[in-house]
Amino acid sequence: MSAAEEVVTEAPAVEAVPKRAMTLGYGTSLVVLAALILTPLFVKNFVIFQMTMLLIYGLAVLALNILTGGSGQFSLGQSAFYAIGAYTTAILMEHFNVNYALTLPVAGVICFGAGFLFGQPALRLSGIYLALATFALALAMPQLLKLGFLEHWTGGVQGLVVTKPDAPFGLPLSQDMWLYYFTLAVSIGIYIASVNLLRSRSGRALMSIRDNEIAASAMGVNVALYKTLAFGVSAGITGIAGGLGAIAVQFVAPDGYTITLAISLFVGMVVGGVGWLPGSIVGSAFIIFVPNIAEGISKGLSGAVFGVLLFLVIYLVPHGARQVALVAQQLTAKLKRN
Amino acid sequence: MTQAQLAQGHAPLLAVRDVSVVFGGIIALNGVSFDMHQGQILGLIGPNGAGKTTLFNCLSRLYQPSSGDILMEGVSILTRPPHKIAEIGIGRTFQNVALFPNLSVLDNVRVGTHARTSSDIISDSLKLAWIRRTEASVNKKVHEILDYLDLEDVAHSIVSGLPFGTQKRVELARALAADPKILLLDEPAGGLNHEEVYVLGDLVRKIRDERRITVLLVEHHMGMVMSTADHVVALNFGRKLAEGTPSQVQADPDVIKAYLGSKDQ
Ligand SMILES: Nc1ncnc2c1ncn2[C@@H]1O[C@H](COP(=O)(O)OP(=O)(O)O)[C@@H](O)[C@H]1O
Ligand SMILES: [Mg+2]
Repeated sequence: MSAAEEVVTEAPAVEAVPKRAMTLGYGTSLVVLAALILTPLFVKNFVIFQMTMLLIYGLAVLALNILTGGSGQFSLGQSAFYAIGAYTTAILMEHFNVNYALTLPVAGVICFGAGFLFGQPALRLSGIYLALATFALALAMPQLLKLGFLEHWTGGVQGLVVTKPDAPFGLPLSQDMWLYYFTLAVSIGIYIASVNLLRSRSGRALMSIRDNEIAASAMGVNVALYKTLAFGVSAGITGIAGGLGAIAVQFVAPDGYTITLAISLFVGMVVGGVGWLPGSIVGSAFIIFVPNIAEGISKGLSGAVFGVLLFLVIYLVPHGARQVALVAQQLTAKLKRN
Repeated sequence: MTQAQLAQGHAPLLAVRDVSVVFGGIIALNGVSFDMHQGQILGLIGPNGAGKTTLFNCLSRLYQPSSGDILMEGVSILTRPPHKIAEIGIGRTFQNVALFPNLSVLDNVRVGTHARTSSDIISDSLKLAWIRRTEASVNKKVHEILDYLDLEDVAHSIVSGLPFGTQKRVELARALAADPKILLLDEPAGGLNHEEVYVLGDLVRKIRDERRITVLLVEHHMGMVMSTADHVVALNFGRKLAEGTPSQVQADPDVIKAYLGSKDQ
């Protein structure tokens, strides 16, 4: 009995390290999940709204993480896919009366297509050139959304107002609370699917491309196909995040989706740890809350304060939250041993 | 042996026909031809710059020959893209180890099975039952190979932290995971010490004997090629200098001259 127990407790210690390289252990996941489920019960509606945004930006950072951390491709154009998703949801809800939940898969599929197509020319570019091409996409998107002949659908410069949904089945939840739990369910689903994807044959193909394209292709990996698929998947998830964002903010307008958003998501990815999926939510928290903190420190110099804080984080923990988590893991292991 | 079996045995598994490769002004390969037969270990030797790696890169479809043809089981490979070479049974290692440095040994070898398995991103994301079955069989095969090459102890290690000799074995494991008919080894002894080189030679023969894999061995360590290969082709300045049994090639005056004329051996 005790021998069997020993085997059970000993076994994961060997297995655990590499398997967790991209994800969290079960224990930690459960704690995080419990916190995400329980916190809204004790806070004000505005905080619940902020938590919804935390999840939404977390999804967008996760999407970028799959692209950059997974396949090694850079993007400063994620705001464009976020915008396409947001407008898809807004247009379907407001012009066609489609149920908000049903607009999300549509936004995902449309953005997957857009990302996959964008990935084709991007195949010829690498590193900083790819970053520049995606940057151009981000610059163009707000102007494309203002185009006159699309105005009937997009609302032009004014944008569109989106109706916030009520909780279904007469559940006694506020709109904010319901939307939070809805977003949480979508986020958990996407997170689990992303973890599955990165641990699968496709995920290994992506990472092999990131590490060595020539060797990957000698192993039979269709480099062009997987690179464009990575763009598609990343754009698809970003589009779903955009759709959720439109519902949460109850408004879409071209100037909500500028290059600033794309850069924020990039910052979120770096702060969370490139290639470490759970870090996405930490990165998201950074880009949502640190600007507020910076503003609290100095209204006039909030940008500069944000810059200094960002610099400190990058300087102290260049691998972001992933590094902090690793150190914490080692510390608890040490404490347990003593 | 019946006539048919004889004919089978004599049809080359891989035929290199009059292959030339030109880079700008440099003729890296100049009308090279030779055949490889099932079960052979063919040693390809030649001083630095002779064109050995260039020939490998033609076989992997990384370089396009300017003329000539390469036939695998009688069919030209020159219309295939590089990622469709593994599936016809040509596997390789690289002269300067080309592993996936941030992946574990297990994952590196798992990528080796890519050409022998199939999946799509939806099924992978949902971890459907058939994906779980494929993964189980991949894991079984990968562990068998890790065991075969004595790599189980480092299975979970990230490869970039491993010693060079171990990384070379991981690369071999990755190549074996694709069930190749022909294994191309580009200077596998490079960076190994004297004893390791002969252990490796034995391993190459063992792989040929036990896994029935034909081997094209590029080496500039003469001793290893002569003790491991059944048949040797010598290149110099992109041309075939000599071909025959190890002792024939070793005694060839042109080969002796080429090797004496170059500092490295
Ligand atoms: N990609 C390339 N571009 C230009 N020249 C090359 C390239 N690859 C190889 N060469 C040249 O081709 C010749 C043969 O090189 P290589 O095949 O690497 O020789 P070996 O592997 O026998 O040492 C050398 O002169 C080398 O400089
Ligand atoms: Mg070479």
